[in-house]
Amino acid sequence: MWKKLFAWLDERLGLNDLYKNILDRPEPKGNWWNTLGSASLFLFVVQAATGIFLTVYYTPSPDHAYDSIQYIMTGVAFGWLIRGIHHWGATLMVVVVFIHMVRVFVTASYKYPRELTWVIGVCLLILTLGMGFTGYLLPWNQQAYWATTVGTSIAGTVPFLGPFIQNALRGGADLSALTLSRFFAAHIWILPALLVGLIGVHLYLIIKHGESQFPDKDD
Amino acid sequence: MAPSHNMSRRDFVTLVTATLGTIMAAVIGLPAIDYLIDPALKSQKIAAWIPLGRLDSFPIGTPTLSTFTSSTVNGWEKTVNSYGVYVLRKSDTQVLALSNKCTHLGCHVNWKADSQEYVCPCHDAHFGPNGDVHSGPPPRPLDHFETKVENGILSIHLLEG
Repeated sequence: MWKKLFAWLDERLGLNDLYKNILDRPEPKGNWWNTLGSASLFLFVVQAATGIFLTVYYTPSPDHAYDSIQYIMTGVAFGWLIRGIHHWGATLMVVVVFIHMVRVFVTASYKYPRELTWVIGVCLLILTLGMGFTGYLLPWNQQAYWATTVGTSIAGTVPFLGPFIQNALRGGADLSALTLSRFFAAHIWILPALLVGLIGVHLYLIIKHGESQFPDKDD
Repeated sequence: MAPSHNMSRRDFVTLVTATLGTIMAAVIGLPAIDYLIDPALKSQKIAAWIPLGRLDSFPIGTPTLSTFTSSTVNGWEKTVNSYGVYVLRKSDTQVLALSNKCTHLGCHVNWKADSQEYVCPCHDAHFGPNGDVHSGPPPRPLDHFETKVENGILSIHLLEG
């Protein structure tokens, strides 16, 4: 019965081909450092899932942002768990993505034909940092407020364009309700959409080129 | 690798991965479901008795409008609503407390002393002194409050219908 159902689906979806080409690829000799990309992807999925759950109760307005998070932490069943995973997962994701990059650099995996995989990976690192930066403001507590004040001021020191960039990030001269809602929009729509798209290309390139051999003494 | 079983390394790894994955999914997934449905599981706070004032301050035989506020907390927000109640003191001990909210569409009814009726300004509904519908579109009589008198203070408590 199940075999028949699977055969029916496989005939139409090509599940076996997908499995063979995506998951059953030939790999170089196993090495735990090679798992960091998968770990980054896993953390991204966890962050996306817990983030979606947080938006059920979070309100991106200066009047309610702080109170709604207090409510998530104390009023909702397991709210502390969902937010805790999102909070620590964010830090862990930056660390894992960074170590992943260091591994690729040290093993020279960025070389031909994988230059574009590297370039997209760098974009993914920047987007991950952007997620950290925008997400940090959302609790709307003192720490968040002043960290974003400092962060956007740093952007303001860019020669010539600085003041414009600072105003564009803040949605005005000062931090306000506009800053909170545009950071929220960036955090839950714009940056995740870019991340999903680039992760897709990144994965396609990995599947296309396979994983690189570790360099040996002759390289 | 378990030597006593005919299990390949590959099967063992698959089994361990599937088991650990299921446990992790359950540990995160089940609380997540509880998190989502939590507001539905919480019982609404039962409104307490609301004191309206001394019973002797209400005249016998004439419905008198009295107002009170009641607040509800929804998540991180508190909403304060204002309510009106017509108190009709029939005798020294007998009290009828009617909500002034028309049962048709929720407009506020007014007591008309000349016709001895409550009249709704929205769709011209008429209610008798006991809240029964005399004419107009309302589907049921005016809602009444449960009343009690303690130490001469009249308190009310909403009853449906």
